[in-house]
Amino acid sequence: MKRFAELLDRLVLTPARNAKLKLLADHFDEAPDPDRGLALAAITGDLDIPGVKPAMLRQLVTERMDPVLFAYSYDYVGDLAETVSLVWQAPPDQVPSEHDLSLHECVERLISAGRMDGPAVFAGLLDRLGASERFALIKLVTGGLRVGVSARLAKQALAQFGNVDITEIEELWHGLAPPYVELFAWLEGRTAKPVSAALAPFRPVMLAHAVGDGDLRKIDPGDYAAEWKWDGIRVQAVAEGGERRLYSRTGDEISGAFPDLVEHLDFDAAIDGELLVGIPGEKTGSFSDLQQRLNRKSVSAKIRAQYPAFIRCYDLLVVEGSDMRGATFRERRQRLSHFVSTLPADRFDLSPLIDFGGWEELERLRANPPHPIIEGVMLKRWDAPYLAGRPKGPWFKWKRDPHTVDAVLMYAQRGHGKRSSFYSDYTFGVWAGPPGAPELVPVGKAYFGFTDEELRQIDKYVRDNTIDRFGPVRAVRADREQGLVLEVAFEGLNRSQRHKSGLAMRFPRIARLRWDKPAAEADRLETLQALVD
Amino acid sequence: MGHCKPSKPAWNGYPARMRAQDILRSRPEGLYCPPGDFFIDPVRPVKRALITHGHADHARAGHGSVLATRETLAIMGLRYGEGFAGATQAAVAGQTLRLDGASVTFHPAGHVLGSAQIAVEKDGLRIVASGDYKRASDPTCAAFEPVACDVFITEATFALPVFRHPDPADEIARLVKSLQQFPERAHLVGAYSLGKAQRVIAMLRQAGYDKTIFIHGALATLCDYYESEGVELGPLAPATVETASAADFAGAVIVAPPSTFADRWARRFPDPVACFASGWMRIRQRAKQRGVELPLILSDHADWDELVATIRDTGAGEVWVTHGREEALVRWCEINAIAARPLHLVGYEDEGD
Repeated sequence: MKRFAELLDRLVLTPARNAKLKLLADHFDEAPDPDRGLALAAITGDLDIPGVKPAMLRQLVTERMDPVLFAYSYDYVGDLAETVSLVWQAPPDQVPSEHDLSLHECVERLISAGRMDGPAVFAGLLDRLGASERFALIKLVTGGLRVGVSARLAKQALAQFGNVDITEIEELWHGLAPPYVELFAWLEGRTAKPVSAALAPFRPVMLAHAVGDGDLRKIDPGDYAAEWKWDGIRVQAVAEGGERRLYSRTGDEISGAFPDLVEHLDFDAAIDGELLVGIPGEKTGSFSDLQQRLNRKSVSAKIRAQYPAFIRCYDLLVVEGSDMRGATFRERRQRLSHFVSTLPADRFDLSPLIDFGGWEELERLRANPPHPIIEGVMLKRWDAPYLAGRPKGPWFKWKRDPHTVDAVLMYAQRGHGKRSSFYSDYTFGVWAGPPGAPELVPVGKAYFGFTDEELRQIDKYVRDNTIDRFGPVRAVRADREQGLVLEVAFEGLNRSQRHKSGLAMRFPRIARLRWDKPAAEADRLETLQALVD
Repeated sequence: MGHCKPSKPAWNGYPARMRAQDILRSRPEGLYCPPGDFFIDPVRPVKRALITHGHADHARAGHGSVLATRETLAIMGLRYGEGFAGATQAAVAGQTLRLDGASVTFHPAGHVLGSAQIAVEKDGLRIVASGDYKRASDPTCAAFEPVACDVFITEATFALPVFRHPDPADEIARLVKSLQQFPERAHLVGAYSLGKAQRVIAMLRQAGYDKTIFIHGALATLCDYYESEGVELGPLAPATVETASAADFAGAVIVAPPSTFADRWARRFPDPVACFASGWMRIRQRAKQRGVELPLILSDHADWDELVATIRDTGAGEVWVTHGREEALVRWCEINAIAARPLHLVGYEDEGD
């Protein structure tokens, strides 16, 4: 349990992705089976142990200590799980045990305890653990570790640990169960790769490279099909042997949030497509609309009716038992076209191809797409098979140029890791209010897009023009007479009730520093509002 | 006794308190002893000061005379220059001195090098002012000695049941492990320049770490002084770009005051792991707010268990609680039938550690 607790403590405070990968891979190396597999399951959210409610935690702790002292403590710390882990004390007559209770022992005891014994077993475990381990155990049973590690990152760490490609892990994942003993055996080279026994497994998706400088000159338009790039989420819908599953592009199952769609996976195939909301042929909802349906464990009938989900189909991986991935895009597309025509038209449609004569014509179409939910075009080689990962050449994405706005730097926050001595996270605003008395309203925050040299320049500007400090944040002088104008590029705008401006930018980054531009000439809020309306 | 305020009549069962307040009482300048005419750790210049230890909020310059341990006087001299007081006198631990109508004895407090508790006695009533103290092991200073007394004045920096400092050796072991896991990154350890910095370095040496440790310029004088007092700190070098290149800092330990992390000074180190050695690191949100990646829960102040154990060890019938979270410790005393009250002294940091 000590190792697991230490892993969680370090992950939660480690900002850098590579450092997190290192911590995870080292843990897989050091911890024995089945502890490491249980740790992995805890992080990916695949560990199912009986839950403990906050009220019960509070009751258990106040049975053991003065409620007033507990209240002072909780008030100071602010987090119930952490407070309980710190104030908990074993009964004075308990003989301290030399043996470190393993994660596996804790999980097993919790699972085998009945509903009646649950609290007592849980308290007994807390008695035998140190503060950090108690915190880890409480987080396990109250749900939600919140250590800043996605399932995807955990799989990446497994790939790094076993020196295999992540697509191999993703492909296997849904056939495996905690504590993943056979997976670790394979990753350590002790056994052959496990064979996935799961029905309707995830197949690693094929991804595209962005079109780079000169790429188009090297390829022949005649070799490629062009297709709109829709702004939803990429999914894989699989139905095999009665099992129906909807996966995200990283292999996480999202069926629970889309029962209306899963109900219609009444076929024997694996489809690659874009998940959108609306009604095919009539209305394609925006990404904001789609967000109403994302990251939910369950979904109400009202939301389902308001934002019906459908799939715009791009590709066909498997159909009626035959694996199509080795076939060319041309053949797959033909089969897909026929297949989609047999599916319910309100839940599936075929992603249309774009008829184009050459790159210049395609560029014109890309700049003026026929629908606002299009974020660019995809190029797919007619003769390419469906390959896992991101091979260079067969597929390209050619995104629409981003929107830009000239905004004024308002606040700067110190970064983490390498950037901990730099003010590197910038909140910027645009002018709003009456033209005679305009004021800046924040519209977004960005922390990349600039070079190291530009970072040094902005950092100096922030230090020289600070007007207020709030912990790690500095307010920077920003008024009509003086302010640093940032050209901010972004992919789109969503309506937001959380921000004073009523807008939330998608994927904002600093495109250019406009040292030359007077702050008074930065953009107004109306310019941004026009993009949403 | 006849002159007591009517609200606190002499027959209320607390005769000790009535007399204790005649021996030590709080004044704007600090804790004052009328029969001895001296202050303990005064925050303003006074005629006669007794100083528990060298931290700046307890030891200030400009007093007429200062009585403190030899080490504390030396530390004050290093920080403020030799003329920091009109006159100085070194107190020897365990030796009782007569100051006008009171007698005083210094006893080790285990906080930093030279730190002391001060026992003040008159007419058979003994009050011990703890200053700052801890009970955990520390290779850089003499260990705390509990002193039997009638009234114990305790600090309360970490006086909440959430503060239970882990074994210091385990914390150092986590730092050593991280150095092995991330050999390409500099480990920047934030530690206050008097006491904590030398303790971290000495403990790293105890753990077998024998490489050069780089130190911020602000630590140099005090590290030299600790070494001259026989605290072995091993090879140290200034963390300057003149004496070492960025590559030398990869995988190295650099010890610096925590305030320097946000300075441009910190930029010379490759992808630093921000570590902070402090009792406050027990609270995750504190570590997060400061951008600390590797919190080291190492404190020079007593934790909750040490505070309550010390109150019991002194056998005091009455406890005065000062600088920190007084209310929780007062509550604990109430539950355990020990008279207690907060002693409001101004001017001390209750956040330093």
